[in-house]
Amino acid sequence: MSLSSMRIAILVFPGSNCDRDMMVAIERLTGRRPALIWHKENTLDAADLVIVPGGFSFGDYLRCGALAARSPIIDAVLDHAARGGAVMGICNGFQVLLETGLLPGVLVQNAGLKYVCRNVTLSVAQTVESPFTSNLELGRSLTMPVAHNEGNYFADGEELARLQDNGQIAFRYTNAPSHIPTHGPANPNGSALDIAGIVSANGRVMGMMPHPERAISPELGGVDGATLLQGCLEALAS
Amino acid sequence: MQVIVNISLKEGVLDPQGQAIGRSLNDLGFKEVGEIRVGKQIVLEVDESDPARLRQRVARMCETLLSNTVIEDYEIEIPDGQ
Repeated sequence: MSLSSMRIAILVFPGSNCDRDMMVAIERLTGRRPALIWHKENTLDAADLVIVPGGFSFGDYLRCGALAARSPIIDAVLDHAARGGAVMGICNGFQVLLETGLLPGVLVQNAGLKYVCRNVTLSVAQTVESPFTSNLELGRSLTMPVAHNEGNYFADGEELARLQDNGQIAFRYTNAPSHIPTHGPANPNGSALDIAGIVSANGRVMGMMPHPERAISPELGGVDGATLLQGCLEALAS
Repeated sequence: MQVIVNISLKEGVLDPQGQAIGRSLNDLGFKEVGEIRVGKQIVLEVDESDPARLRQRVARMCETLLSNTVIEDYEIEIPDGQ
């Protein structure tokens, strides 16, 4: 499959605010505009990738991602994932995926109690077979922004050990030198095991806090996000 | 009937907000304050008059939406005299 024939759906909730950034990023990489799917829809057309974008769905009421995770569209996302379909959640989208149970654990308030908005550097970790990492060089550092108040990954010791043993940690915050200044500690939020992103046990669902869609052009401070997204899209298309 | 749901962080889950409040109270001279845990309270008005059924139904709500059982515990309280 060519990148331009990929069918990509981006979910939109009240309060999503990275849906259009992601749409632009995907369109630049594939040449085809992805579909924006309102959360009240009950069905997803056959999609090669479903993206849950960042933002403040439902104003972060109750818990981040909790209300979005119970929206009508989510049943269709669960069916898609159950068929082995690929799902990617960025920032609030990661929080939503944790609340649906597609990924384990939870994102709690940043250890520093502050909203953190700056560049961070991630390294690509060894994972189970997954389209979200297979085209990226192991150990490669990528710099892109985070912008969140609840990005502190938490799971009990047993779950963390399972994530590690199964190769489900996809991206870790790292203090590896970067061509872009990051202005702060490597781990911006106190996340367990420096987790920036994880994949499901079958590698088909991925959630991450940093925003690849905000690092797709040199004018906006770097292109490492485009590298990450392109790696995912090419692996999914192959 | 009115139902009160108290949601608290499970033991072992870090509560940075509680720690910050504790530090502030200490700084304000309340040196006797030790650990602080912050939770939330949800008050529901539910159209159900049988307390047993009510409790069961609200427990379902807690498991389905109101709490995230990975990190939170919940307690259901049905005030007397209703």
